[in-house]
Amino acid sequence: MHELGIVFYIIRDVKKVAEENHVERVSEVVMDIGEVSTVVPHLLTDCWRWAADKEELLKGCELKVNTIPAVTWCDNCKREYKTVKHGRTCPFCNSENTWLLRGNEVEIKELVVSS
Amino acid sequence: MNEVKVIEIKKSVFAENEKDADDLRNELRSRGVSLLNLMSAPGSGKTTTLIQLLNRIKDKVRVAVMEADIDSDVDAVKIKEKTGVPSIQLHTGGMCHLDAEMTRQGLDNLDLEETDLVILENVGNLVCPAEFDTGATCNAMILSVPEGDDKPLKYPLMFTVCDLVIINKMDVVPYFDFDIERCKRYIHLRNPKAQIIPVSAKTGYGIDHLAEWLLKQLP
Repeated sequence: MHELGIVFYIIRDVKKVAEENHVERVSEVVMDIGEVSTVVPHLLTDCWRWAADKEELLKGCELKVNTIPAVTWCDNCKREYKTVKHGRTCPFCNSENTWLLRGNEVEIKELVVSS
Repeated sequence: MNEVKVIEIKKSVFAENEKDADDLRNELRSRGVSLLNLMSAPGSGKTTTLIQLLNRIKDKVRVAVMEADIDSDVDAVKIKEKTGVPSIQLHTGGMCHLDAEMTRQGLDNLDLEETDLVILENVGNLVCPAEFDTGATCNAMILSVPEGDDKPLKYPLMFTVCDLVIINKMDVVPYFDFDIERCKRYIHLRNPKAQIIPVSAKTGYGIDHLAEWLLKQLP
């Protein structure tokens, strides 16, 4: 259900861009999805197939997902580390004074269109 | 053959909703109306807590309630029966959250000229409601004791976006391995500014404190 809501948002944005650019057909939508964004790529593409085929503009349009690895910054020892493996606590100095740098993206990167 | 090209977008899927939410928030503030977005997992006692809270504040402030659910109107009916406060039911049409546009449509059904505070009871869910800004002027969530003190670690975004965390069902603490100090520490790890108020909607414990806190947030 979570992914379906996101799919509706993607469709809304894509339709808007298509209209502004006088596009007749969108053949590919490329997404940047962060590793810790809570969006599950295969559920997103399943929901996409169901919802996109209901839209004339998006019939048969593929949703491609680029996964963005999650990286956290430790403000204590000023180093970066992999979020998924170590979570909130810095593996170098055990500090919890850490911030997510990337990996939370749910972004539309680009569209492949024909007009 | 048709010309094929690539259009670069690089835009967050949530950007449009965030703009709608900011517009709605500014509009509400300029009209002097506060909107509290109340979130939680299903079964944490949102409606029961709300009934207790409404009965404490309804004589002090003009309050209305919007109940959001996937289906049914049991919550809106219950609120009206037990508190007499104006209450409307919104259906999300299968969606697991409300967004700013749906919230605005709900508010259109209330008389905002005669209202100081609207409480929105969001769909019971700890994931999507945290991602979709409703345009609320204040965000709160209820965590109930049986859910466990480690919930802030499992649903970090929810605890990050909330100004207030209500810990409900304090009356059953003796039956669960729930460490309130540990829970508070986990919440503050995610959100150092979060206000935490322990209550029991069943016994009424802490509800006065909650009512007092909420009234203080109003302009």
